[in-house]
Amino acid sequence: MTLIKETDFGTPESKSEKMVTLTIDGKSVTVPEGTSIMRAAMEAGTEIPKLCATDSIKAFGSCRLCVIEVEGRYGTPASCTTPVAPGIAVKTQTPRLAAIRRGVMELYISDHPLDCLTCAANGDCELQDMAGAVGLRDVRYGYDGANHVFARNNGEANFDWKPKDESNPYFTYDPAKCIVCNRCVRACEEVQGTFALTISGRGFDSRVSPGMDEAFFESECVSCGACVQACPTATLTEKSVIEIGQPEHSEVTTCAYCGVGCTFKAEMRGEEVVRMVPWKDGKANHGHSCIKGRFAYGYAHHGDRILKPMVRETIDQPWREVSWDEALTFAADRMKAIQTKYGKNSVGAITSSRCSNEETYLVQKLVRAGFGNNNVDTCARVCHSPTGYGLNQAFGTSAGTQDFDSVDDADVILVIGANPTDAHPVFGSRMKKRLREGAKLIVVDPRRIDLVRSPHIEADYHLPLKPGTNVAMVTALAHVIVKEGLVNEAFVRERCDQDEFRDWAEFVSQDRNSPEALESVLGVPAADIRAAARLYATGGNAAIYYGLGVTEHAQGSTAVMGIANLAMATGNLGRRGVGVNPLRGQNNVQGSCDMGSFPHELPGYQHISGAKAREVFEKDWGVKLDSEPGLRIPNMFDTALEGQFKGLYVQGEDILQSDPDTRHVSAALANMELVIVQDLFLVETAHYAHVFLPGCSFLEKDGTFTNAERRIQRIRKVMSPKNGYGDWEITQMLANRLGMNWSYSNPSEIMDEIARLTPSFAGVSYEKLDQDGSVQWPCNDASPDGMPIMHINGFARGKGKFVITEYVATDEKVGPRFPLLLTTGRILSQYNVGAQTRRTDNSRWHEEDVLEIHPHDAEERGVRDGDWVKVQSRAGETTLRALVTERVAPGVVYTTFHHPSTQANVVTTDNSDWATNCPEYKVTAVQISVSNGPTEWQEKYRELSVSARRIATAIDAAE
Amino acid sequence: MSHNSVDKLVKMANQIATFFTAQKSGDPVAGMAEHLAKFWEPRMRAAIIEHAAHGGAGLDPFALEAVKRLPPVSVG
Repeated sequence: MTLIKETDFGTPESKSEKMVTLTIDGKSVTVPEGTSIMRAAMEAGTEIPKLCATDSIKAFGSCRLCVIEVEGRYGTPASCTTPVAPGIAVKTQTPRLAAIRRGVMELYISDHPLDCLTCAANGDCELQDMAGAVGLRDVRYGYDGANHVFARNNGEANFDWKPKDESNPYFTYDPAKCIVCNRCVRACEEVQGTFALTISGRGFDSRVSPGMDEAFFESECVSCGACVQACPTATLTEKSVIEIGQPEHSEVTTCAYCGVGCTFKAEMRGEEVVRMVPWKDGKANHGHSCIKGRFAYGYAHHGDRILKPMVRETIDQPWREVSWDEALTFAADRMKAIQTKYGKNSVGAITSSRCSNEETYLVQKLVRAGFGNNNVDTCARVCHSPTGYGLNQAFGTSAGTQDFDSVDDADVILVIGANPTDAHPVFGSRMKKRLREGAKLIVVDPRRIDLVRSPHIEADYHLPLKPGTNVAMVTALAHVIVKEGLVNEAFVRERCDQDEFRDWAEFVSQDRNSPEALESVLGVPAADIRAAARLYATGGNAAIYYGLGVTEHAQGSTAVMGIANLAMATGNLGRRGVGVNPLRGQNNVQGSCDMGSFPHELPGYQHISGAKAREVFEKDWGVKLDSEPGLRIPNMFDTALEGQFKGLYVQGEDILQSDPDTRHVSAALANMELVIVQDLFLVETAHYAHVFLPGCSFLEKDGTFTNAERRIQRIRKVMSPKNGYGDWEITQMLANRLGMNWSYSNPSEIMDEIARLTPSFAGVSYEKLDQDGSVQWPCNDASPDGMPIMHINGFARGKGKFVITEYVATDEKVGPRFPLLLTTGRILSQYNVGAQTRRTDNSRWHEEDVLEIHPHDAEERGVRDGDWVKVQSRAGETTLRALVTERVAPGVVYTTFHHPSTQANVVTTDNSDWATNCPEYKVTAVQISVSNGPTEWQEKYRELSVSARRIATAIDAAE
Repeated sequence: MSHNSVDKLVKMANQIATFFTAQKSGDPVAGMAEHLAKFWEPRMRAAIIEHAAHGGAGLDPFALEAVKRLPPVSVG
């Protein structure tokens, strides 16, 4: 194993199809028009010295190290800013060039410390490399006089010197080492799009300045790491590199946070992660990252991690550490006893959307083949199950239609109920880049999310609808499109069912569905809705991106179908730049759905009632499968309260914290006789568990994740599992104690089985993934290299289906007792229930969940910024601190659910989507009042959290 | 299933009915019956069928009709 070093071509790739041939140092080179001479040289294998250029950002031409000579032209132009031209002859090394470069380097080094041996960048410093490359042997100017290097000059304070900024927990900024190449500033602008950095002063006074000369942590910096990566010196350096030293080998792996699926190089020293560096060839992230994937991997080593299996007879007892054998036998015996006593359908499992495809596949296989029922579900139930249902109805497949790169060709971007800059930050940056290039933006969201207005981004239309009215909104948009004759008739005629289209067009055209008629329902001016609809329908390539703000409603599935209707009616499907793009929450939520985690579907979305599909699995697995759909997560809870569901195996999900109506969930869990939790930590759900099987992180096992664009990517083991086993091995050991007789020796064998049984995965193998880096399913004989864009020549189901989307107000209505609507969401630095991110320094950005409330509503209730407030709904009550802000509209309050102490889900109700039972997290009628402190429930829960986590001290750890 | 739980199933069935009632193409009642057969676990179907057989209190007439079209369920 070696350290993977990507080639830095110095300037970005040119997309031109016109080719240009020139000679560089006598060698003929052919490159696309618009390529810089620097890049052309690098492609031909000649590295021109450079400092201010790197290929993730545009050429800047400031360091003057990359000068070249062109035959017949005067002077020594910078090769980064000079484009190639046909027939020119370039020289990259002449005595004149060498002298210039040496002179430039001499000036740089004269204001740079010479502590190379003890510098954290030693071994990874471009300044040092360039000094070597240009043959710098002497610095004639010395260090006397003005400099940025020394705190004191001749005993006097040096006001040009600035101390190191260590405010960010993950990296340091040492101004003394800065060469003011601007790479960090440009990366912040061009790659990340935050514009947190600038250069203050001019000439010798030029300094990198976060915000208005603030500390990094105090500035607008979102800690994505783009600046650190761009820095050619030790000015911006990961603290982990300072502590550990330079890495010696690396492996490419996939981030275990959100559904963007960024690939990283895990840079290692032995089995210690030195840093995670976004991989340039990653098709989802193209070398960019966010604070979570780049820096928040420390949870893998956190002291809270449980490394030994534990059991207890009843949940009021303390945990007992036992051997793997004892824990697995305890679990298997009790599982069998429950099925004997209560029937085969009395048990089930929840697969993890954070674990790998292979692990998820095994859990559902254990349920179907081992438990003999179909009681398996996954966290997609509570996030994107309406996407699965809705898109399958409309198009015939339940996945997003595009790859992320498609956004580069979008002219109009319609974001509905998604907050990409917080929840899908790396894609959010891509989207912002396209918006800065001029694409138009429509945001449909009750909150004024960052995309509505942030540096160099402004939505053309923000439609701040009332929570729970998405269906009315998409229907009103459709009304304008149909009534104003903006339908793409040719597309509809060719691609869609005509009768269904006519019924739909007639429905949306009704006056009651006009923006004017729905104005009071939506709370959005009709004129804005009309203008937004016109823009979507006529602005060129229009792409819809949506998230849980669409799905997590009583009419979530209807809204998804409404979105599909809009795309079909305007012909925005089947090519780049358009489409219907669900932004998936967890890293492998797409994969867990693909792998048959739903109770009604076998892997590859094959309905369990289909005899043909069942037969394929039955033959391979050697068992008879139940043809009836199993229980969905909320049904499991209801059935548990009935006393008919008694045993649950939960792999890597914290349902007690993430699922709505906590009291209902905890009562259901308490009613079970066996809850097996397999996780990294004693998560909240483990309070109700009888068996704890310690799981491992993505760094400790092999496997694959599938991101929101259906891209299957490898995760690679870079350290031994601290708990002893990969999660797939643990499931296998449990399954074998239940009589399964499995003998997988490597996750690749599981993938081979998946490929064998699942038509859309037929061409997937580890060999293929190692060769191609990634593949987007379907991958089979029909599309051997996968399918970046779906439905190019027609829909998977044949004719596209228009569905009538009648708006029905949710039961969750405001009234005198509960006059405000609570909606929930996420924040950049934290991830989902926070089990991972809360165990990292990311918590410094978000130490607690707060309640956002509009100043008007706050004033009416006497609530001031920072006050403790009580949030009360029909389901329960909790307290948290108030943040008075105009980001939320009057009548709407907002919070996140990252911290268990907040218990936001005590307040959410058990209302759910009609088609899928996806909970209605986004709408809860509440009242807010000033509070003295935690509620009785919170106090009780705090006590439970302590008592349920007790581990008996008499240790019996015989293995 | 208990009274409480049937109430929940009735609510869910009525929600499903609001969607299918609005559909024009095909046979919306059959569409709803198919939805129940495809996505509701047999115990849930058995409970709603039994509830419908006893008059189906609280069920929207459309939902009641759809439930009545469901084939009988044997819960093992």
